Amino acid sequence: MAFVPPARHLLRARDLADARYFEPLGVDQMAGAAGLSRAHFSREFRRAFGESPHAYLLTRRLERAAALLRTTDRSVADICFSVGLQSVGSFTSSFTRTYGKSPTAYRAAFPAATDRALVPACIVRAYARPQHRTFREDNGSGPV
Amino acid sequence: MMKVAHAQLWVHDQEEALAFYTQKLGMEVRSDVTLPELGNFRWLTVAPPGQSDIAIVLMAIPGPPVMDPQTAEQVKELMGKGFAGTVFLSTDDVHSDYEQLKARGVEFTEEPEERPYGIDSGFRDPSGNSFRLTQVREIAAV
Repeated sequence: MAFVPPARHLLRARDLADARYFEPLGVDQMAGAAGLSRAHFSREFRRAFGESPHAYLLTRRLERAAALLRTTDRSVADICFSVGLQSVGSFTSSFTRTYGKSPTAYRAAFPAATDRALVPACIVRAYARPQHRTFREDNGSGPV
Repeated sequence: MMKVAHAQLWVHDQEEALAFYTQKLGMEVRSDVTLPELGNFRWLTVAPPGQSDIAIVLMAIPGPPVMDPQTAEQVKELMGKGFAGTVFLSTDDVHSDYEQLKARGVEFTEEPEERPYGIDSGFRDPSGNSFRLTQVREIAAV
């Protein structure tokens, strides 16, 4: 029997981030899903997908938050917690750095969830996830 | 009239894929032919029972001279990363299918959820290929 390509294990970790972003999930759990030590996992994940697992998880959460801002009237704090982030201040900073405007201003730019093409949810998630922007590279020791 | 007859998926192991697609997804084998004159190339196709005009080709990643080793590694890596394609399945009862497939050990990446276009869920095959399983919403004619 042929071996499963090593990237398949990393994909399990990425799938975990996509499926459980709203839980208090971190890089340790993602590494566990891939069956690798945290340091080795972070290196391999970055090699396979071009960004750190921390950045992937954060941008997944920001993408989901942006979708909730566009399509619901829930409060910014409520949305922050419901995508697995625990600090409204950090969320607002990350969101503003990523989207170029605060969550409130971002919401205001999308007046209503008007008639949009009925694109499958998996496509929306994949294409709406923002590029990670940071002033320092993730070294694996930052908050998760 | 032109119709889609087959669509091909790369798989890392045809035997493992065959077991997954038949025993877990409940598809049936349409062709399983090994050709010694083609270096034991195996043409393996599966399809859902009741859909006779299309089948999925479960294609092993070939070696030289069909594909050079470096390219084969790239394909394996793309497939393992989940970037080798998606099959969009539709169903008339996604919750029932979800329970049935889950009971057979299919690992869902997304449980059925309401979307504007229907109820959508997702899973992967053992190679990393992405599947959507969607109960498409009936939209009333206007």
